[in-house]
Amino acid sequence: MSKTSRIQSKFLELDSKNEKALIAYTMVGYPNEKDTLTVIRGLIKGGADIIELGFPFSDPLADGLVIQNASTVSLDRGTNLAQFFRLVKKIRQESDIPLVLMTYTNILYHQNYEKFFKEIRDAGIDGVITPDMTIEESKEYLRAARKHSVDTIFLVSPNTDRKRLEKIIKMTTGFLYLVAVYGTTGVQNKIQQYTIDALKTTKKAANHKIPVGIGFGISTPEDAKRFIQQGADAVIVGSALIKLVEKTAPAKLENAVVSFTKKLKNTTKRG
Amino acid sequence: MTQRFPKDGRFGEFGGKYIPETLVPAIEELEENYLKIKNDSSFKKELNYYLTEYAGRPTPLYYAKNLTEKLGGAKIYLKREDLLHGGAHKINNTLGQALLAKRMKKRRIIAETGAGQHGVATAMACACLGLTSEVYMGYKDTIRQKLNVYRMNLLGSKVHPVKSGSQTLKDAINEAIRDWITNVKDTYYLLGSAVGPHPYPVMVRDFQSVIGKEIIQQMKKINKKTPDTVIACVGGGSNAIGTFYPLVDSDAEIIGVEAAGKGLKTEYHSATLSEGSKGVLHGMMTYLLQDKEGQIKETHSISAGLDYPGVGPEHAFLKDANRVIYRSATDKEVIDAFLLLTRTEGIIPALESSHAIAEAIKIAKSKPKSETIVITLSGRGDKDVEVVEEYVKNIKNSI
Ligand SMILES: Cc1ncc(COP(=O)(O)O)c(C=O)c1O
Repeated sequence: MSKTSRIQSKFLELDSKNEKALIAYTMVGYPNEKDTLTVIRGLIKGGADIIELGFPFSDPLADGLVIQNASTVSLDRGTNLAQFFRLVKKIRQESDIPLVLMTYTNILYHQNYEKFFKEIRDAGIDGVITPDMTIEESKEYLRAARKHSVDTIFLVSPNTDRKRLEKIIKMTTGFLYLVAVYGTTGVQNKIQQYTIDALKTTKKAANHKIPVGIGFGISTPEDAKRFIQQGADAVIVGSALIKLVEKTAPAKLENAVVSFTKKLKNTTKRG
Repeated sequence: MTQRFPKDGRFGEFGGKYIPETLVPAIEELEENYLKIKNDSSFKKELNYYLTEYAGRPTPLYYAKNLTEKLGGAKIYLKREDLLHGGAHKINNTLGQALLAKRMKKRRIIAETGAGQHGVATAMACACLGLTSEVYMGYKDTIRQKLNVYRMNLLGSKVHPVKSGSQTLKDAINEAIRDWITNVKDTYYLLGSAVGPHPYPVMVRDFQSVIGKEIIQQMKKINKKTPDTVIACVGGGSNAIGTFYPLVDSDAEIIGVEAAGKGLKTEYHSATLSEGSKGVLHGMMTYLLQDKEGQIKETHSISAGLDYPGVGPEHAFLKDANRVIYRSATDKEVIDAFLLLTRTEGIIPALESSHAIAEAIKIAKSKPKSETIVITLSGRGDKDVEVVEEYVKNIKNSI
């Protein structure tokens, strides 16, 4: 990609401040259309560096119960792509924060990759994460993404071997997403040694050419801090935020999100 | 036309592997091991032993004389997969995969099931071969096929009712995949139909192809040639592809029958090939029932085993190549077919298989008596008697 993307610029900017990135995930249409924006405002005010917008899919097979439930609620409320584009437009009126779309292959494929990448680029989306898109199946997906300058953020897992890791890195732009656990989103274990090992291996393979973000199961500032100390360039928090939204009354939503996001963000600043 | 082992896992544009990265090493390990055993004579011998001595192969190709005379056209033969141990074709695949899992030193087996037949066949193969099994089943299916839940429990399998989504087969597959992602190191996912990421569609087809191979041999003995027409029901498509694949290069007319539920014009059917469009679900590119934004639709069929919004990628390919004709049968036609076969031949068919019978009933008359039709009777109907009783009662009440 010739031009520096919003995501790249963000990492460069953080680097110059000796900071790491907080990437915050939320589900479009959850808890409803209006409060999705409330949550996003809270994330921005709290200091999130990049926002991941989950677009609901009927069969989210990489997701655990929390995000599954949010998808179901969102779809039952009638969330559709028109609403997604409305939301992105509103965010773009208020902020220049990098925005990443996370959804499943069928949503993109069904729209036609070429058409969809153009539309999301025009709307102001900077990157996509598609957890069921493998590099083997990605030829046309990549072609369309490159043509419209949308970053393609691929996932790697603790069991990804070195050779494959290098192949995936070649096709990844923006940042590389390391899945922290054997499991779906939202699974919370004590941080395992295999995760720390995987982070080190991944960072080494990435060789400073691309930032490495780590996600799945990061639910507390303590988790986030540990991963930053171990060399992660970004921590990605999703289910924990959705849970917070789930249990907070609408009137208190923005403040609750701001305060939790601040705590997470603090861990990414070297002190 | 036939693709023995498509290297990139594609049948034309269909198939592939669209999976979370965590599963990639597991799928590669599976492919490697499957290729190893595929032509290994000791594996073949072992599988053959269990298919013969444990499952009851070969199954008869029974001339349905009464049904033939009643319909007054082509001669109808039934490929009696219902007589297999467990009561359905599913055991052909579960024995093959369980033996493979054992060679791969994976002792924990997980599976999904719709009608419960694949779950039962998995539980049996695992009990027989000393493996542990856990089965995911849509909550709705655990109720309408509860006999099979008891059977799985008795066989030592743990059944997990799945309450997400439509609470049917599609959601059971989602949940099995989530389990696999979580326990990828020691768990073998024993998929029950010719669906999912490569190499499953190929592997399940190969294990089920024993159906079509036997049909060819048996028909040669009876009639000195291959059948003029073969018919099988299509859920994910394993009994159908097992029947069709060995015959694809012959000149037989091949017909797959999907579930039209309450009618193709309604929202209540599972006729993926007839009404669907291309998309990606459960690791494969195939035809899907989906809405205008690519959300997967809820499906309906009176038979839990056909109640699925996707279909195996090789069927998608054979449809687009115009080699196989895909039609459908409504719940009502299926009940009529179920009752007709029961009364004319004394054979109680599974509701899934009754879709294939319904198609034979529609076409037999128009074919000369010199022709032959083979119907794959994929399973027996004991599990369905309550559903049928209920359906018949409701119809009587509404008259
Ligand atoms: C008796 C029987 N026939 C057919 C099917 C449908 O599966 P497939 O299309 O894979 O043969 C099932 C599935 O549960 C079944 O139990």
